[in-house]
Amino acid sequence: MKGMWQRQKILLHLLLASLLGVSDAVSGDQARVAVAANFKLTAITLGTLFTEETGHQIAFSYGSTGQLYAQITHGAPFDAFLAADQARAERVISAGYGVAGSRFTYACGRLALYSRDRGLTLSSNSILEDGIRRIAVANPRTAPYGAAALQVLERLGATDQLAPKLVQGTNVAQAFQFAFTGNADLAMVAKAQVIDPTVAGSHWTVPQTLHDPIAQDAVLLLRGADNAPALAFLRFLKEPTAQAAIRRAGYGTAGGQTGD
Amino acid sequence: MTDNWLEASYHGTTGGFRIDLDFATPLEGITALFGASGSGKTSILRAMAGLDRLPGSLKVGGDVWQDDSAGLFLPPHQRSVGYVFQEASLFPHLTVRDNLLYGQKRIPLGGTAPLDIHDVAALMNIAPLLDRQPGTLSGGERQRVAIGRALLRAPRLLLMDEPVSALDQRGRDKLLVCLDKLHKDLTLPILYVSHDTGEVARLADHMILIGNGKKLAEGPTRDIFERLDILPPDGRLEASALLEAMIVAHDLLTHLTHLRVGRHDISIPHITGDVGNTVMLRVRARDVTIATSKPEGISIRNILAGTISEIRQDAASPHVELLVDIDGGHVRAQVTHDACADLGLHEGQKVHALVKSMSLDGYAR
Amino acid sequence: MTDAALFWSPILLTLKLAGLSTFVLLLLGTPLAWWLARSKAGWKDGVAALVALPLVLPPTVLGFYLLIALGPDGPGGAVASLFGGRSLAFTFEGLVIGSVIYSLPFVVQPIRNAFEAIGERPFEVAATLGASPWDAFWSVAVPLARPGFFTGAVLGFTHTIGEFGVVLMIGGNILGETKVLSVTIFEYAETLNWAPAHLLAGGMLAFSFVVILLMMRMERKLRHRHDG
Repeated sequence: MKGMWQRQKILLHLLLASLLGVSDAVSGDQARVAVAANFKLTAITLGTLFTEETGHQIAFSYGSTGQLYAQITHGAPFDAFLAADQARAERVISAGYGVAGSRFTYACGRLALYSRDRGLTLSSNSILEDGIRRIAVANPRTAPYGAAALQVLERLGATDQLAPKLVQGTNVAQAFQFAFTGNADLAMVAKAQVIDPTVAGSHWTVPQTLHDPIAQDAVLLLRGADNAPALAFLRFLKEPTAQAAIRRAGYGTAGGQTGD
Repeated sequence: MTDNWLEASYHGTTGGFRIDLDFATPLEGITALFGASGSGKTSILRAMAGLDRLPGSLKVGGDVWQDDSAGLFLPPHQRSVGYVFQEASLFPHLTVRDNLLYGQKRIPLGGTAPLDIHDVAALMNIAPLLDRQPGTLSGGERQRVAIGRALLRAPRLLLMDEPVSALDQRGRDKLLVCLDKLHKDLTLPILYVSHDTGEVARLADHMILIGNGKKLAEGPTRDIFERLDILPPDGRLEASALLEAMIVAHDLLTHLTHLRVGRHDISIPHITGDVGNTVMLRVRARDVTIATSKPEGISIRNILAGTISEIRQDAASPHVELLVDIDGGHVRAQVTHDACADLGLHEGQKVHALVKSMSLDGYAR
Repeated sequence: MTDAALFWSPILLTLKLAGLSTFVLLLLGTPLAWWLARSKAGWKDGVAALVALPLVLPPTVLGFYLLIALGPDGPGGAVASLFGGRSLAFTFEGLVIGSVIYSLPFVVQPIRNAFEAIGERPFEVAATLGASPWDAFWSVAVPLARPGFFTGAVLGFTHTIGEFGVVLMIGGNILGETKVLSVTIFEYAETLNWAPAHLLAGGMLAFSFVVILLMMRMERKLRHRHDG
């Protein structure tokens, strides 16, 4: 009974997370930061730490990297952009909306294989089992975690065998949802989603060797070039306190240290 | 009761009306359900068709259509009934021809032999309209199609709810002529709801007088009309008597038709009809003048000798109702209390009844 | 897969989905609209409100509950297991179910209105002419409600063509099975592929416009035929 309630709570939170474009209400002199949806929970933690340390407030807006990119290049009033990949962060600069040279990797995404059934020991062999009918991944064309998932299959030599079993969600949150509701047997999700022990199910962290690093880059936007809180926040992300929090959340850091 | 009677008994409420009546009427000719608006006559008609549910029973000839004590209630589509509404209600998505054939296509196997659509169209005077859309017809044309449609169902009984009320004068006249023909040519029994004495006088052989959901009188139309204690639902001034007359001659020069009632010669404005035919004359009581001696030098041509057979005084009314027995029938008259007292009118008195030619309505029968 | 196949597959799939869904909607929606129009049951308004829910619910909410309902935790899973599956999500059939629920009010409402506009009298007339209720439904109600069927079919069809939020939640983006037009356009936009995005979106816009224009013309013609 209690487990079911937990499930509903998590599901609800994920629903809200995947409803794109949710943002917090905000007013006053502060920085507005656009954040890729998969980093939302971690961003909230970092925001609290940052405010405690400096007194500055950060107003976060969440969305898919593509949507945020479109908004920024059409004049959305953000001061900084935390993307889920490198390509679109760089494009913001080349499109003339970002400060040249301000791009850096704030986190490295880690993949996890997830099943909603408890107590399983998963491994790379799990996805090859005959009984597996559906494997959920994020859309490889639009989400770097999805592209990484396909790389994993390729490096395991299982692309042809598993391609017909793949179903795509728009992002890792949706891929998780598919597995959580039982519609997919397994899902390739972000480790950050399943690292919390209250999340019901079993997971296996995919070794870094099986995919290219999922570098998530941050960029200072032109609009925020003179914004003190924004500059401070981007600096803060590179500091040990923030890096430790990022690792605890299930990401790797650019310093080479991988969370586990 | 024999197979050729309709027996109805309804006691209950429907659509806000309380109905309590029992009546029986022969299944031939036209029977009028005669009453004022709001008397419940339409509710009764609808209950007889099965459109509304009234507690009671209904037997038509040998068939039981409703019997609450036996838990029997036939829905409308299982009753051999034709129904004509006040507004024609033709199907807008069908041509006149398809409207007409709608009921005929649904006659159950083994039902009465079907009529020919062209015969009915000729009877109802709608033959040139067969391929038209209902929306292009006049009110009178629509109503005649509606009647034809009901006829083609070859029902055991035809129910008509004030079919001429929604029409203008011209449409009304044309339709009444059609109904006359229907009456004469077909053996189909018709139950005809009306609040108009003229219609009832013209069409109905039998009538059932309804008031407040109750039966006030029933019997042959002529007899009910002659009852002085009954006043017409459409007003005291419509009280009339009916006389059977034979056409003797037509005078083209004076535009009059000469009739014979018993020993009397009566002239009225010209009506069509062959010499020797029977017509019914409606004589309104208010158009009858009483003279205790035969007048001379008077413009009125129709002077009928007779005897007062009944007088009814009603202190609440400005009139005294009289029934005068003339050779060949009865005539009603209304005179003021003063006149009655002045002339010393009494039952058994020999008098003359005077009627202006212009006041008489003649209906071919 | 050739580029042409990638381009045309979503279009054909979308048309197939809209066509089948509209057909199912007419089949299911007609008796429902009839009941709503004629019934005097006290709980009729409750049913009508339920039917109208997709009008106000965000499609993602609808899709969310559909995801659960179609999966092993819901009735969909039970149905799927009859065919050796685990879930109806990520299938064309699942999309049809989602589309039917999503477009239900757009089909039921116009048909219900058309039935109500007929009134009581034509049915009384039909009954006195020997038509049973079933007979009267086909010979009187359906022909007179034709404009309603037409409007409902067109609305249901175009509404399903534009369906996005629901498909996003339960589709799984499988080419040839669940990757419909709206999702494809979204994907092109997300990957900054503006050219094909414009092409497909513009095409959809033009198509919807033409359909609605034609529908209005046809409706006027049908109405005039009735008035004679």
